[in-house]
Formats: sequence, C-alpha cells, structure tokens
Amino acid sequence: MSGYLAGVLAIFCINLIFAYGIFVTAAAGQINLGGAGFQAIGAYAAGWLAGQAGLPIAASIMTAALITALVGLLISFPALRTRGVYMVLATFAFGEVVAGFLLHTDVFGGAMGMVVPLHVDLWVLVLAATFVTLLMFFLMATRLGLAMRAINDDEDASVVMGVNVRAVQVAAFTIGGALTGLSGALYALNFGFVEAQYFNALLSIYVLLYVLIGGTQTAWGPLAGTVFFTMLPELFRVGGSARYLIFGIVIVLMMALRPEGIVTRALISRLSPRRLFATGGARGN
Amino acid sequence: MAIEPALTLEGVTKRFGGLAVTQDIRFEVPVGARTALIGPNGAGKTTLFNLISGVYKIDGGRILLDGRPIQALPPRKRVRAGLSRSFQNIRLMPHLSVVENIMLGQHTLASDIGSLLSPLAWQRRSKWRTQAEDSMRRAGIDVDPDAPVSGLPYGLRKKIEVVRALMSRPRLLMLDEPAAGLNPRETAELSAFLKSVAWEGLTLLVVEHDMSFVHDLCDRTVVLNFGRLIYDGPTHGVQDDSQVREAYLGSRRVAAQGAGHVA
Repeated sequence: MSGYLAGVLAIFCINLIFAYGIFVTAAAGQINLGGAGFQAIGAYAAGWLAGQAGLPIAASIMTAALITALVGLLISFPALRTRGVYMVLATFAFGEVVAGFLLHTDVFGGAMGMVVPLHVDLWVLVLAATFVTLLMFFLMATRLGLAMRAINDDEDASVVMGVNVRAVQVAAFTIGGALTGLSGALYALNFGFVEAQYFNALLSIYVLLYVLIGGTQTAWGPLAGTVFFTMLPELFRVGGSARYLIFGIVIVLMMALRPEGIVTRALISRLSPRRLFATGGARGN
Repeated sequence: MAIEPALTLEGVTKRFGGLAVTQDIRFEVPVGARTALIGPNGAGKTTLFNLISGVYKIDGGRILLDGRPIQALPPRKRVRAGLSRSFQNIRLMPHLSVVENIMLGQHTLASDIGSLLSPLAWQRRSKWRTQAEDSMRRAGIDVDPDAPVSGLPYGLRKKIEVVRALMSRPRLLMLDEPAAGLNPRETAELSAFLKSVAWEGLTLLVVEHDMSFVHDLCDRTVVLNFGRLIYDGPTHGVQDDSQVREAYLGSRRVAAQGAGHVA
C-alpha cells in the first residue's frame, strides 16, 4: 500500500471511531459539539501514559478511553440540564476549555505540543475501527438502542412508555466519551505527536457534520458520513483551490436533498433484502 | 377486605398561573370497569389525563392507583405501577417500525441490564418480538411488522398506539380520544377489541366525544365542565342530567327544550 493510501486509511479509521463517539449521543437526541475536547483528552492521556509514565501501549489506550468515559459521564449531568442549541453551546464551551487548558499546561508541552515516542501500526487502527463499528451496530440493535431512537423521536412519549430517559442519555454520553477518547488515543500513538491547536472548534464541527450528514437514525450513518467526508476532499484535490468551494456546495446540497442524512431508517428498510425478496419490493414505500 | 378501586382521585386540583384548570376532582374507577370521561372542549379532560399519568404535577389532592398514592411518582414509575396511556394526537415514534413501536411498549417489563443489551433486531424469534407480533395479530393489525409507521393510514396508527399501550400489561389503561378520526367501521372494531382485551382486571378510562362509542363501550361516565366534576354515574343516565345538558347546550336552550334529549 502506498504511503498516501495508508495515510488516508489511518485518518479514516480515527475519524470513524470519533464519529461513532458523537453519533451515540446524537442517536439519543443530544448534540455534542465538544468532540475535539474529548478527543484531546484521550490523545494527551494516551500520549502521556505511554510516553512519560511508561505504560504499555494497550494499557495506555484502554486507560485513556476509561478516562474520557468518566469525563463523558461527569459532563452529561450539567450538559443534560440544557436543551437544543444551549446544549450545543455548552458542549462547545467544554471543548474550548479543554483545548485552552492543554495549551497552557507545561506538563503536556504547552503550545509546543507533545512528542509521543511509541507507535501503533495501521492494522491496529483498522482492527479498532472494525470493532467499534460492529459494536455500534450491535448497540443499535438492542433494546437500549431502541430506547435511544425512541427518545430521539419523541422524548415525552418515551417517558410515558416507561423509559428512563435521563439514564439512557447519561449512558450515551459515557459510551460517546469512551469512543471519542479512543479515537484520540489512536491518533496520538499513530501520528506520534499531539498539539492542542489541532483539537479546535473546526474539528468538533467536522465530526458533527460527519454524523449529521451521514444520518443519526442507524449505525450506517456515521460510516456513510465518514466515507463521504474523508474521501470527497481527496477526490476533489484535482480541482485545486476550487475544491473547498465544490466541497461546500456539496454539503449544502446534501442538507437540502437529504435533511435526515444520507442513510435513513426508511432507506434501510427499503433496501432490506428480506423485504425485497419476501414481497418483491412491492410493499417498500 | 374491600377491593381497592383501580383509580381514586381525591380532590385533584391543578392551576396554570391563577387559573384552576381542574378543581377538587374526586371520583373512583372500580377494578374492571370501563369508564368514560367526557365534557365540552376545555373542560380539563386531557389535563386530568396528564395529571394522572404524571406529565403535570398536581397542586392539591391525591391520586391513588390500586389504593397506593402515586401523585409523587415520576411518569415512568407510574407505568411500572400499572398505568398506561395513549395520546389525543398520535405519538408513535415516526422513525421506528410498527413492531419496534410495539416493542417499545414492553420497556418496563424488560428494563434490566440483560434485556436492555440483548439484540432485539437480530433475533427475529425472540420472545419480545413474538409477543409483539402476536398482539398485532390479535388486534387485527395486518401489515408488515417492519414497515415504518409514518406511512400508515391514520386508523391503523391509532390502533397501533392502543396495542403499544397494552404491552406493559397495565392494570389501568387510559385512552385519550381513541375513536377520533376513525370511520364507523373502525370505531366498531376498536370497541369490540377493547371489550375483548381480556386481561384479568384490566380497567379502562376513556376520554371520548363520540357518544355512540361511549354508550357501546362504557357502563359508567364521568362528566367534567370548566375543571369541575358535574356528573358521575351510569352512562345511560348522562343525557337526562340537567347539569350535563346545561354544560353542553347552555341554560336557556335546556329550559326551552324541556324534556328533549342531548346528543
């Protein structure tokens, strides 16, 4: 595999895990615009544990994911007191606070960033991304996943169905924290260098776009969104500086044409082979 | 020991700002009874449903389910205590399929961690799915269980909502205008289905405007007007009650009509 392809694949794997971390909360109706903050904590934690504290790579990655899971759990309580655009702003502020803190903390290299002496290979990223993808498909198939989707559709009616809405949302934030942290840890150990400036607001916006453009109703959404956003800019490279313009127009078109995301629940049910064969596709609407 | 009523309201009062939308409401719903809750628009029927199911908190009085006070419980614990409801406007989850909506109704029976993490969608023959599909069949819902609910006809969605409300195996089922928007054949089917739902001791409380449906289904009727209870008795007597006639027709009209009949 060429170095270029390997680089694109590594970014794709990290972004995919990152996107699933944001997707879990979005699937339960909560928008997290602080993704970069969670990812930064995972990256710095893994980098510091593996580099300075001398932990084995696997232990560093696991611990980093556990730390961000805990951060997700703790952040969920104040975050869930807010709704809609206020939650977007609250999580956004969290991301900025984390980046600001890391930028001004000398133990983590401050503005100079931090070199991570250990390295994980591409196959680890591919394995982790595959595992996370399967895990998310599993989660969305469970009753917990059903409850998350119900909350996304109608929170008040879910309460009357006996769903513990708060508990489900806290669980989603915790799982989301673990996954975003995992993506950060893999990033740090694959690239060998982390700096606070990388984990900026634009990164949070991009990963949220992956999820929203991909679709929040099924586990296919983040996969489609990440493929779309990782591959499209590469394809548009031939367009030179016009590629940002083309890219922007494509995003606007996507939002206009598929406001619920590229992959929706209705699309999946239309394409389901069992339904196609059982009914000749006639009942798909 | 006397059997406790399924539902007891003791002086239930709710104010929005200074306005009392329900005031000192007291009535009982005996176990196994089919009771209608009627009244003119704005009488407080849906508010009372929201108070009983816990969507709103009451400002005064007590609500007892099987003799146990529930007014302090959050809505989901009231479901666990045996109360289930449907909504005036259909509140099915539009992005879930028919069978997923119905399985959502099972949530209180399956909220331990093992059930929450078992993959419902991958097990086509799980006991939950089988139970949901059986209930669909019994209610005469003859559609693809995996069809999204959003494209289905109104009468069918209304029926699915009733079945979903039954899935938690409630002791008290509260239906808010279940027959609204149904054609006469669908209304008759719904009435027959509700009578046939043969859980031991299932009690029904139904808000409804369609009086022939009420006459067919409910032996007892409670009438609200301006947030107060004005009638509590047999359904066949409701049309002869002067207070009820006044509430619906106005006092002058009643006097002019003499012994005429309402509705």
